[in-house]
Amino acid sequence: MKISFILNGTETCIDVAPDKRVIDVLREDLCLTGTKEACGSGECGACTVIADGETRLSCLMLAAQLEGRNLVTIEGLGSEKSLHPVQEAFMEHGAVQCGFCTPGMVLSAVALLKKNPGPSREEIRKGISGNLCRCTGYQKIVDAISEAAVKMGRPDK
Amino acid sequence: MLNIGMSIPRLDARKKVSGLEKYAADFYGLDFVWAGVKRAGIPHARIRGIEIESAKKIPGVINVLTCRDVKGSNRQGVVRKDEPVLADDRVRHCGDAVALVIAEDKMALSRALEQIIPDYDPIPGVFDPEEALKTEAPLVHEDNPEKNLLMKGFLSTGCAENAFNECDAVVEACFEVPFQEHAYLETEAGWALLNKDDRLEIVVSTQTPFRDRAEVSEAIGIEEEKIRIIAPYCGGAFGGKDGVTVQSLLALAALCCPERPVKMWWGREESFISSAKRHMARLYYRLGAKSDGKFHALEARIYYDTGPYDHLGGVVMALGLEHAGGAYRIPNTDLKAWSVYTNNPVGGPFRGFGVVQVTAAMEQMVDMLAVELAIDPVELRLRNALGKGDKNPIGVTMSGSTGIEECLATLKGNPLWEDREKWKSKAGSFKRRGAGMTSVMQGMGYGPVVPDVANAKIELTEGGKFRVFCGVVDMGQGNATTYAQIACEVLGQDIRDMELVLPDTSKTLPSGSASASRTTYTFGNALIGAAEILKERILKCANRVFMNGEGSDIALIPGGVRNIPSGQEISLSEIAGLLGNSERLAVSRFQAPVSTETPAEDPILRVYGVPHVIFSFGAHAAFIEVDELTGRIEVVKYITVTDCGRIINPQLFEQQMQGGVAQGIGYALMEDFVTERGFVNTPDLATYIIPTAMDMPDMDSITVDAYEPTGPFGLKGAGEVACNGPLPAIANALADACGIRVLRSPLTPERVLAEMNKEK
Ligand code: FES
Ligand code: FES
Repeated sequence: MKISFILNGTETCIDVAPDKRVIDVLREDLCLTGTKEACGSGECGACTVIADGETRLSCLMLAAQLEGRNLVTIEGLGSEKSLHPVQEAFMEHGAVQCGFCTPGMVLSAVALLKKNPGPSREEIRKGISGNLCRCTGYQKIVDAISEAAVKMGRPDK
Repeated sequence: MLNIGMSIPRLDARKKVSGLEKYAADFYGLDFVWAGVKRAGIPHARIRGIEIESAKKIPGVINVLTCRDVKGSNRQGVVRKDEPVLADDRVRHCGDAVALVIAEDKMALSRALEQIIPDYDPIPGVFDPEEALKTEAPLVHEDNPEKNLLMKGFLSTGCAENAFNECDAVVEACFEVPFQEHAYLETEAGWALLNKDDRLEIVVSTQTPFRDRAEVSEAIGIEEEKIRIIAPYCGGAFGGKDGVTVQSLLALAALCCPERPVKMWWGREESFISSAKRHMARLYYRLGAKSDGKFHALEARIYYDTGPYDHLGGVVMALGLEHAGGAYRIPNTDLKAWSVYTNNPVGGPFRGFGVVQVTAAMEQMVDMLAVELAIDPVELRLRNALGKGDKNPIGVTMSGSTGIEECLATLKGNPLWEDREKWKSKAGSFKRRGAGMTSVMQGMGYGPVVPDVANAKIELTEGGKFRVFCGVVDMGQGNATTYAQIACEVLGQDIRDMELVLPDTSKTLPSGSASASRTTYTFGNALIGAAEILKERILKCANRVFMNGEGSDIALIPGGVRNIPSGQEISLSEIAGLLGNSERLAVSRFQAPVSTETPAEDPILRVYGVPHVIFSFGAHAAFIEVDELTGRIEVVKYITVTDCGRIINPQLFEQQMQGGVAQGIGYALMEDFVTERGFVNTPDLATYIIPTAMDMPDMDSITVDAYEPTGPFGLKGAGEVACNGPLPAIANALADACGIRVLRSPLTPERVLAEMNKEK
């Protein structure tokens, strides 16, 4: 089935089985391996993507559901040279260890800050509670998101 | 320019936040095929036969293999090689691999896996380590002369039996701790290719590439020289990838489809059912002291459930036994431990390596004794804390830096700890607050017999930069970045001019496993050696250019060398051009120091790693709030005070503390890998609960001013020590809040509530 959607800002048309999971489409057909799979059943958040501004779990989403959507994956958020402020803050504040949760965590944080640009630490913890991280204990992730919120709130920066 | 002591963000962070870092799970390759495993699904059975022909006929299925197709020994394991790659006549736990399928796509793969139906003759299993030691227990390995015993260890000093009679206070309890799942986010994954020239390349998420190569070679029957193992950054490991997971299976699969990449990636459920866990343990403890609080006698009987295979279970037991008495002077001890085969999930290495279990027991005993003696818990620990030169509970002299006293003293003076009574009094209605603490310690390295060696290699590139060949895997700890920092420090360079080559058996040199809190200590020391050699060569070469005599005042500066008196400079790329290719490369070997003492009558314990000479230490405090209505414990604040020697990178150090505490809090409060007669009841992240951001408190990671003379720039290992603390600290806080002890962890709301009701 032909499916048209916007992927990381680019009009994209692919021909895949409509019931293929979006995570597989991304990783296997489009070589976008930044989106990770860590459970395949909606429990970990590693496969988080942003569809029309909302976070979605790409392991629970089927290719047919991409039609007409605007999809952002970690690869489309910033580039290696010019990172998104949330990515920058994750790097600077030590919020990355093994990094396997990081893409999903970063996208959840971006979506959170869009809805709530000045979250408290408690609100951040709640906002990322669907994303599991086994390495960090979350503290530096919360630090990074708080810092990113401050930076993004300052238009001069 | 400062390197050592600076919080330099890890070098891999940029690629990781951009989603560009390639993990083992991210390799696909042109025209690749999938390999997958049929799991036993039954804890103990004889295999009468396996019907694979109908699975082979499914379109898209390339081949189905069983043990008959394995040319090598078909056995894996590090110490005792008792685990089949593919089960031969028996299965011994639900996760055993019985057949291997190679297919064109995932669909064909999963159809074939369903189609394979082994013909089992179930045999009674054994599911408890103490039961398994009884004479009538079913045997897990019929050929084991010691029946279900994998390994036992006895250590003692003084005469505990008599000494208990001399004590003024004695406490006694039996603790039980559950299996804990590593739950790394990247499940076991790899990619293999048999090249035209018959060479086998395996990219895999592993902590032990060099050892894996030897294991695969023997198990599958391929010469070691023909195997290349490449280890990218792991998506978490924590001990769970210390040893072979997908490697041998991938090798088998690759052999039957030459020149086509084979991919294997276990699903979460497969990972949970078949991977190794932290050993379940039951611990019987008795501790006695004199009225002045001096510990006088300790007795411990410790049973580790190692499941059906060794998988380092003997070594885990030995390290636990060595740490059974904690960081204290105890003149009379009688310590015994057993590592026992059962048909439960495989027990194996997990951050802390047997020490987590004994710390939970010992440190609760200490608090129970503190109550009995009416001595403050920190004070009681201070009165007994080991100092350098003291003999530890197994009678071995503490010869490395020993900062437990400093850690305890720092915690004692911490404002939050000092003000804890005030904090506790502010609990809301139906809430009770408590503060609890614990000491922690963790030995470093392989112990006295197995050589704890690293081989570092560093190159001055033609472009005048430096390339560090990392021999030890970075599974997320950030050791690769620390290596770069160490090389920068020796060579006076900027971290941006460092390039890292990750472990690869064809490029880097064998340097042991990423485990045992040794990664930075051992490899870091080797790297200092290699960098010094290279530095000397560079300076010598520069001296010739400057036409200086020996001993002139010249120095490495970022990107070059300066002749200090004249100010003349030469760039490193020019130097690289002047040096021969082999001169641009320097290598150095480091072997960690070992103890010469033999603490046990049974010298085999030395082979299993006892005793260690270098330990990291800490004192932790947990501040908790208990809901009287639900029994739920919330950890509100957590403090770690740590002696890991000098800290090279505070940010990476804090990551280790916070991550270790998080896994410890999970272990203390919620993580319980439940099995019922060998069947797994918690096969996924919906049933096996790990902490989310909402479950974690803010943590203070404090260090004491410490220096380990044998460490690279004074460092000691920091990877494991923190995870030992949360269970005893929280259990002690619970006793402080509610006056109860829940001896079986995790401390779930149900168990806490039940115990509170008993008290009423
Ligand atoms: S992989 Fe999608 S939620 Fe875990
Ligand atoms: S950094 Fe490893 S899972 Fe989050």
